[in-house]
Amino acid sequence: MTTALIVLAALAGIFGLILGYSAIRFKVEGDPIVDQIDALLPQTQCGQCTYPGCRPYATAIANGEAPINQCPPGGETTILQLADLLGVEPLELNPENGAESVVTVAVIDEENCIGCTLCIQACPVDAIIGAAKQMHTVITAECTGCDLCLPPCPVDCIDMVPVKSETSNWKWPLPDRVDAAPRAK
Amino acid sequence: MSKLSTFNGGLKLDGHKKMSTGSAIKIARLPEKLIIPVQQHIGLAAEILVNIGDHVLKGQCLARASDTISASIHAPSSGQIIGIDEQPVAHPSGLNALCISLQTDGKDEWRARTAIKQDYLNKSCHELLGIIRDAGIVGLGGATFPTAAKLQACDQKTLHTLIINGAECEPYISCDDVLMREQAEEIIIGVQILQHILAVQNTVIAIEDNKPEAIASLQKAAEQLTAKNIQIISIPTRYPTGGEKQLIKVITGKEVPANGRPADIGILCQNVATANSIYRAVYRDEPAISRIVTVTGNAIHQPANFEVLIGTPMSELISQAGGYKDNIGGLIMGGPMMGFALASDELPVTKACNCLLTNSREETLLPAIRACIRCGECADVCPANLLPQQLYWYSSSKNFDRAQDLHLFDCIECGCCSTVCPSHIPLVQYYRFAKTEIWAQEKQREKADQARLRHEFREQRVAREKAEREEKLRLKKELLAKKKIEEGKAAAIDPKKAAIEAALARVKAKKDASGEPPKNTDNLTEQQQQQIREADQRRQNPSSEEKTE
Repeated sequence: MTTALIVLAALAGIFGLILGYSAIRFKVEGDPIVDQIDALLPQTQCGQCTYPGCRPYATAIANGEAPINQCPPGGETTILQLADLLGVEPLELNPENGAESVVTVAVIDEENCIGCTLCIQACPVDAIIGAAKQMHTVITAECTGCDLCLPPCPVDCIDMVPVKSETSNWKWPLPDRVDAAPRAK
Repeated sequence: MSKLSTFNGGLKLDGHKKMSTGSAIKIARLPEKLIIPVQQHIGLAAEILVNIGDHVLKGQCLARASDTISASIHAPSSGQIIGIDEQPVAHPSGLNALCISLQTDGKDEWRARTAIKQDYLNKSCHELLGIIRDAGIVGLGGATFPTAAKLQACDQKTLHTLIINGAECEPYISCDDVLMREQAEEIIIGVQILQHILAVQNTVIAIEDNKPEAIASLQKAAEQLTAKNIQIISIPTRYPTGGEKQLIKVITGKEVPANGRPADIGILCQNVATANSIYRAVYRDEPAISRIVTVTGNAIHQPANFEVLIGTPMSELISQAGGYKDNIGGLIMGGPMMGFALASDELPVTKACNCLLTNSREETLLPAIRACIRCGECADVCPANLLPQQLYWYSSSKNFDRAQDLHLFDCIECGCCSTVCPSHIPLVQYYRFAKTEIWAQEKQREKADQARLRHEFREQRVAREKAEREEKLRLKKELLAKKKIEEGKAAAIDPKKAAIEAALARVKAKKDASGEPPKNTDNLTEQQQQQIREADQRRQNPSSEEKTE
């Protein structure tokens, strides 16, 4: 009887120490699921999901406050990936948040730019350069096509242009589907 | 290496090669205008060095390699640059790409040339790589990978075998065959240069056994040049034995690991035409400005092989091959298995263009696509040992992760599976679709990561600026408050106030001293006088007053 008690107490003590040590040694900072969701979002920071950026939306999804179908720039691809990650059923993109459209970049009509810096302040990824009363321009490679610079522009000199299709970024189209093809398992 | 191995799958196809090998290589006429795309290779486009209006000489560099994986572009003939703009190019997308247009002057005047010739034996591998890079040489077997970048494996010192690919397994194409027949010595010398660069122990030239003339010609040339350490071997004709990995399997019995390169197992492959280009660069100081193109098929009058300047319009070649027959149905660049259809023949010949195949109308009619019946024939013929059927399901349902798990990227797009499919499913198109989609997603992911970094940095910066502003404001407020207190103190000893107070005191003292009674003290009632007395008493004796209170 006493041996059993001693052995059990000793075991409890040892495991307690191991658990206590691991809790410190392998401490997880933050919520890893938020990072995983955030990694799948397109990072346009456009706010079409009604959250102020991609990470807040990722946090909302992680907390179960938002469904996975509110990201128009990510579209079907992102929804499928999120469904895969979270083990939920894929949903159709919510039309209230917008429609999946072609990728665009902002272009400033430099003739008409008055140098008010309002678009610079609106750009979530610092992709516009310029200074007060100086012409501004967009760093095309960094522009996410979020449209956020459009509303503040007082002279309406920013256009969203679709990214040009070139031989380097061209994609083979999906061939026409076969009728009555069996479903993939 | 005496015993040959074999690869799984593959197909025995009708060669249709005799069609175009009847005559010697014809030299294509110099066209009036050459259109030279700046991207004719895998990797980055070349950087343009010329301007509109410049007069250029044959062999002059028009655009310089912009990176390790890039290739220079040279003027195929002398003349004037008349345009640098987007032009239609031979690409499955049918899109335009940046091209340099050159109006030829008919003189075909060379730039100054200084060939090192036999002196290559005294040059180091890096000096020779420089020559190959400057000559803009790319792999002419089809992939157009910059040759200098591929040969950089010479640094590893682990290479033991050089395989020169003369298999040319795809039907109809015969440009390598005629080259081997007619320019065998040049090829052998090119191979010797490669041997010198790579310092390999074994060198094999592999040719399919349906080209006995080419084999005989190379053997003769090797004998004449006493190139004893070059083995010329005949391999069984079976498509796609000319695929790099398949050829290595046939010759050495070794398999290149998935996602790996032949250099990982000490082997390097080069095409016979690439060896010829290297010979030309070293012995003639001639950059890659021409190539041999097979013009063939069932809808052309005189199928033949042409030595063509890069940038020549395909329509010129077609007319020099006697023009289309009446039954013309379509034009394909490359062979019937791996080529792609062209919408027009008003496109320039590039370094990648090995064959122009004309199809009759009957050949272009594709049978109706039916559902997959899971017969498994595609898996039997796949030379890469993949599961084409599974890849098809996953690619068509956009389940790209699973497709990649099944090694989608080991698919060489040889087209065997599509050819044998009894339901005529264009399987390779699905794999191409999946591959380009995956690449696009990877690019997007990279861009998203970059955007996330920039956004996070911006948020940090905004927060920092806000904190700095608040700190500044706080300091300002503190300063203001301090100032106020000091002002209060200063007011106490303000000279103006002091003067006023002093004046008042003086007036009071004066009144007291004069003893003059106040004017309103006449004719007072008894009660009022009593009050005054009391007040006077209080004033003279304030302490007693306070005490009584």
